[in-house]
Amino acid sequence: MVTYIIRRLIAAVLMLVVVSIVTFSIFFVVPRLAGVTATDFANRYVGSKGATAETVVALADKLGFNDPLTVQYGRWVKGIVAGSDFDTGASIEHCPAPCFGYSFITKTPVWPELLDRLPVTVSLAIGASVIWLVAGVSTGVLSALRRGSFFDRAAMGVALAGVSLPIFFTGMMSLVFFSYKLGITAPGRSYTSFVDDPVRWAYNLILPWITLAFLYAAVYARLTRAGMLETMGEDYIRTARAKGLREPTVIVKHGLRGALTPIITIFGMDVGLLLGGAILTETTFSLPGLGKYAVQAISANDLPKIMGVTMLVAFFVVMANLLVDLLYAVVDPRVRLR
Amino acid sequence: MSFLELKDLRIHFPTDDGLVKSVDGLSFTLERGKTLGIVGESGSGKSVTSLGILGLHKGTRARISGEIWLDGEELVGAGVEHVRKLRGKKMAMIFQDPLSAMHPYYTVGNQIIEAYRIHHDVSKKVARKHAIDMLARVGIPQPDRRVDSYPHEFSGGMRQRAMIAMALCCDPELLIADEPTTALDVTVQAQILDLMRDLQRDFNAALIIITHDLGVVAELSDDILVMYGGKCIEYGSAEDIFERPEHPYSWGLLGSMPRLDREPTERLLPIQGSPPSLINVPPGCAFHPRCPYADRTAGRSQTEVPELLETHGGHRVRCHLPSDQRRGIWENEIKPNLEAS
Ligand SMILES: Nc1ncnc2c1ncn2[C@@H]1O[C@H](COP(=O)(O)OP(=O)(O)OP(=O)(O)O)[C@@H](O)[C@H]1O
Ligand code: SF4
Ligand SMILES: [Mg+2]
Repeated sequence: MVTYIIRRLIAAVLMLVVVSIVTFSIFFVVPRLAGVTATDFANRYVGSKGATAETVVALADKLGFNDPLTVQYGRWVKGIVAGSDFDTGASIEHCPAPCFGYSFITKTPVWPELLDRLPVTVSLAIGASVIWLVAGVSTGVLSALRRGSFFDRAAMGVALAGVSLPIFFTGMMSLVFFSYKLGITAPGRSYTSFVDDPVRWAYNLILPWITLAFLYAAVYARLTRAGMLETMGEDYIRTARAKGLREPTVIVKHGLRGALTPIITIFGMDVGLLLGGAILTETTFSLPGLGKYAVQAISANDLPKIMGVTMLVAFFVVMANLLVDLLYAVVDPRVRLR
Repeated sequence: MSFLELKDLRIHFPTDDGLVKSVDGLSFTLERGKTLGIVGESGSGKSVTSLGILGLHKGTRARISGEIWLDGEELVGAGVEHVRKLRGKKMAMIFQDPLSAMHPYYTVGNQIIEAYRIHHDVSKKVARKHAIDMLARVGIPQPDRRVDSYPHEFSGGMRQRAMIAMALCCDPELLIADEPTTALDVTVQAQILDLMRDLQRDFNAALIIITHDLGVVAELSDDILVMYGGKCIEYGSAEDIFERPEHPYSWGLLGSMPRLDREPTERLLPIQGSPPSLINVPPGCAFHPRCPYADRTAGRSQTEVPELLETHGGHRVRCHLPSDQRRGIWENEIKPNLEAS
């Protein structure tokens, strides 16, 4: 078990290194191969507002775009670990560790901004994931137990709708109906920190939560249903009943437990991805989270910001992966042997 | 009244293809301390019968009629919850494949503890102690350590021992073993059968052993019930069945019995043809399409369902051939043939 954990941890660290190289490559190597010059980079970096050609060339040199790629990568990683200074010629911009880039367009280091947006996205992801996990799994279990019943068919019909309807549609519809028509939920655009006012926090987020959860709950319901149909037919269920266990115990402790493994896997991945920003939901409800931040960065073509968000998403996914692997070992004892 | 008595038990499953008559009018009795062997080919309704006795068809689509009397209580008409409380405590079951019959995600100890605590209001610690005792009792070495192992960490034989420990942990009065050795190696089979015999003596339980292999029940059983197409076609003491069997199907089973002095593939008198459909049961005697003697009954085998009739001293046979004729065939045609090879 301990060696398993250590091996997973090492794998996760290696994964992060690989991810950083890939991210770096996407933003620096690939464009170079496609013919983008160091000057173009410098231009894009500062936002090319009335800078003369010479200043830009000098800037490219100063920012190190002419250095070998390995040196650039090393500098970037060093920045993350120890922080770095950007000499623009006019001034020296300090970017404290962990430096995930410095935006010359807004003249801010990226990391504090990411930290700023993170609580919104985390609140959204956690609230929604709790809702969809509970709703999806319980719907799936009931559907499987009453296979072919009215409940089953209705639930699976709704689930199909949930899977196929895009978020901005369900989001808009629910905003129009619940917020503007009925006025019982927040109209979006608003976020209150949990620490400041938990009730307000939940009130502001309830609609995004449900909208987002609806999409995922549908997937989970179908997955749980399929898993439960399989496990409830297993021999060990018959054994559990033969022991005289009560039916709820048989269903939850023996049946659901057997069906849980794939659900945990995709749950980990889903939450990991969502922590990097629920772009559509945040956009639809105008929530100032990481997803919204990414969209703004992309439309402003603000390279350091885009790269920062990308790294953060990658980090969350790798962490989620690690967590899933560890949970796997807890849930399925047969994994521990490997 | 007998400890266990089945009266005309019928278990039918409505399916899209028609009504599956898995068990069709089964009756027998069994006393404490005695062993009944139920023998029959695959699909003859052995498992459905045993699950029926445990009440595991309740609340499913199965149609059940007849009576099951256990220690003076009728179970077919009893409430679901009432039968659940008897399950595991008064009557328990051992399944064929212990790897799939045990939950892969819980330790062997946990599964025994769970079985014990559902019927006994004791702490986890006490139950764990009991689980270790049970594991020791079924011959598992280092039970205090193995109690925390998962089923996949056991060998096949050890797993079946653990399964037996789980079934016996509440001291059941009726134990049903459904093909307890089929999934095991030949050498391990013998050990498990020995274990079951010893335990039955200790626990003084009524034991039903289900198998498609007469060899398994030969030594263990007091009585043997031969099933074919959901019906009992011959019933008698082990001696009756092995020394003077009267049903052509039983002869076939004896002839196809694997023997230690022969290769398992080499069988003397295999039964021709395949088991009957349980939806469109052949008219008359369900065995007639495969029976070499069907033409000796003047057409009755094809048209008239034979009754299960007593020939002598509790030995009952379902066949149109007259008893003395059957005995003649056994003595003169079948027995010499079996002994010769
Ligand atoms: N729930 C069910 N629905 C429909 N048919 C069933 C059901 N359970 C069992 N059957 C049918 O009943 C018949 C008898 O099954 P059973 O499991 O009792 O056979 P068996 O004698 O135990 O055979 P085996 O030696 O293969 O275990 C089979 O044909 C099976 O297909
Ligand atoms: S009744 Fe006829 S077909 Fe059936 S076993 Fe007897 S002889 Fe064979
Ligand atoms: Mg069976």
